[in-house]
Amino acid sequence: MASGNTLTWDRFRSAGSKLTTPLHPDDYLRLLNPLWSARELRGRIEKVVPETDDAATLVIRPGWGWHYDHRPGQYVGIGVQVDGKFQWRSYSVSSPPLREGRTISITVRAMPEGLLSAHLVKGLEPGTIVRLALPEGDFVLPDPPPARMLFLVAGSGITPVMSMLRTLDRRGTMPDVVLHYSSPTPERMIFRDELAALADKHEGLTLHELHTDLDGMLDLADLEALCGNWQERETWACGPGGMLDAVEQHWEKSGLSERLHLERFSLNLGGDDGEGGTITFRNSGKKIEVDGATTVLEAGEQAGVGMPFGCRMGICHTCTVTLVSGTIRDLRSGDEFGQPNEPVQTCITAAVGDCTLDI
Amino acid sequence: MAVADVQEYTHLTTEEVEQLGRELDAIRAEIEESRGAADAAYINRLIKVQRTLAAAGRVALFASAHAKKAEKPGWAAGTAMLGLAKILENMEIGHNVMHGQWDWMNDPEIHSSNWEWDTAQPAEQWKHSHNYIHHQFTNVLGHDNDIGYGVLRMAREQRWHPYYLGQPVYNALLASLFQWGVALHDLDLERIRKGEKDPKEMKRQLRQIARKGRNQILKDYVVYPALSGRSWKSTIAANMTANLARNLWSYLIIFCGHFPDGAVHFTEEELEDETRAEWYLRQMLGSANFEGGRTLHIVSGSLGYQIEHHLFPDLPSNRYPEIAVRVRALCEKYDIPYTTGPLHRQYGQVLRTIMKLSLPNHLTSSDDPAPPERADTADEPSRERRRKSDAERQPRRTELGAWTRSQQERRHA
Repeated sequence: MASGNTLTWDRFRSAGSKLTTPLHPDDYLRLLNPLWSARELRGRIEKVVPETDDAATLVIRPGWGWHYDHRPGQYVGIGVQVDGKFQWRSYSVSSPPLREGRTISITVRAMPEGLLSAHLVKGLEPGTIVRLALPEGDFVLPDPPPARMLFLVAGSGITPVMSMLRTLDRRGTMPDVVLHYSSPTPERMIFRDELAALADKHEGLTLHELHTDLDGMLDLADLEALCGNWQERETWACGPGGMLDAVEQHWEKSGLSERLHLERFSLNLGGDDGEGGTITFRNSGKKIEVDGATTVLEAGEQAGVGMPFGCRMGICHTCTVTLVSGTIRDLRSGDEFGQPNEPVQTCITAAVGDCTLDI
Repeated sequence: MAVADVQEYTHLTTEEVEQLGRELDAIRAEIEESRGAADAAYINRLIKVQRTLAAAGRVALFASAHAKKAEKPGWAAGTAMLGLAKILENMEIGHNVMHGQWDWMNDPEIHSSNWEWDTAQPAEQWKHSHNYIHHQFTNVLGHDNDIGYGVLRMAREQRWHPYYLGQPVYNALLASLFQWGVALHDLDLERIRKGEKDPKEMKRQLRQIARKGRNQILKDYVVYPALSGRSWKSTIAANMTANLARNLWSYLIIFCGHFPDGAVHFTEEELEDETRAEWYLRQMLGSANFEGGRTLHIVSGSLGYQIEHHLFPDLPSNRYPEIAVRVRALCEKYDIPYTTGPLHRQYGQVLRTIMKLSLPNHLTSSDDPAPPERADTADEPSRERRRKSDAERQPRRTELGAWTRSQQERRHA
């Protein structure tokens, strides 16, 4: 019924565009209510719930065009206007997929050098309108879930796992789950109380807390002692890059790569790859040879150029840099373009032959 | 007299021209650095005002069509609001957004790559004919198709032909049908006539124009009148009046940008090895401002700051007033003319030039300005100048700023 209504409403609005062309009726409707537009996905901050001293959960009510059926573990893009400019980041959804209700939650930790995350945690007033990008990512809970699971998380890496655990809890089907959760101190542990309550409630859920300020980091050699049958478990790991690299190596050595899921916030762009070539960054004087699957943004980062970036999925234009010469391919559509001195979005393009960029 | 070398014309040394360029670069850098929340608030507020005006105008017309008592005042108010909304959308919003003036906000809803404006010309063709051809080759004979729009003779160097005797009439027609003139501008009728235009590209452009034009006509002359019931005629009249007002106003403002006395033309030689600083200098000498209050400047799309706009096409238009103070000071410092005057005087000069140039050169006197220190350059004989194709032009310069094309538009390159 609801979807039938939505369909009629969408049709009605698209008929209305005959009256508003070249604009869409939503461009006018959003003047009445900022959420009444599906042109760019948006949401309103309903609540900012402090989790720890430096982390908070943002409860967001999305506007028109949003789908609430994210898979537990996926992330969404959020764009916030700071000094007039939209800044984008991706954060895992910490709430379970909704069957009813109208909000989603993301949990953000303020990073010492991350201006935007600090702004999200401390500076966002309820009522603020933010931009959103639909859920993405393969770091998800399969349905049905495997019988034995292991979660290795550190710091704010708990957020996608929280969405999975809440989903399992709501369904009342908690399999045999071991959660190893590292955090510098107990106070910095996001969701600490809720996790303890879940572990009490569900026999299948075993919680290991590691306070790395006191006890040091997890040594994967100790994994055997922590969780004797880890090799039989489907494993999800989420945390800082160094930890993910170590986990990846460890699983590879044991020939178990297929049972490991890592959250790296990378996007499958779908289109054809470029051909690769040498990318020259004119102002920084750096060069790098890349293959056709590496985006120009990744190439710049590998070369040590301070590349601007935002959503990393082609929405926000933050990563735009001028292409001085050469040809690049849009990895989403496969289109090539190379008009000299035209700005290009580096996060979704790859080199087709040699290129020079103005950065 | 068209200028072949802008540096020689201004009697500046190479070092002085370069220094001027550096000072202009510094202005750009400072404005870019300081773009922020207040600028974003400006464009967002303006868009809100414009859309509210447009909606209120349509509602007033609808109400006047269905309420006998309020018929006349409702019609007048509705038409005025609609006309103003169209003017604001085309001038201060659409034109400036498509230059990439607001791209720095990273807001896909206010971005050069996908803005479509409320006029017959498709945005993609505008970005080519205006952002690139007109802004890069400003006032260069044979390169800048905006010199007379292929219809009028606006420079003494353009060869006279009896066709131009009708110039006052063409001018009036162009002014009233301006949006359609602009719509056909990127097609380049001259090249089509000479059979030089790629037929595939021509077909694609024509289809694009037909689609956009059809939607525009349907909206104003079919759908809204149909909703007005028995008063459909007065709704048609209202929409036609609003469109006409927008046409006349945009024509007037645009013609005051490069055709008043003082704005000089250049020959092709100027383009050879033109440096960034010389490009700046050409923009300053080829453009003309006009004076007025804040409101006049906003409804003119800030084109009263034509000189500043041509120096920095992609800097936010609300910053042009402060930029103008500094550019003017630079002009004084380097003894470069800064052409400006009240709007009526500027347009008066344009109209006089249109009339004069309808006649052959020997019947009229030149109004070309004396160079800063008059050089002994003879009046160059007028000659036929064929329009250039993109293949014969220099590629896009970085000075034109940050506008981008959409994914779809790039497929057509």
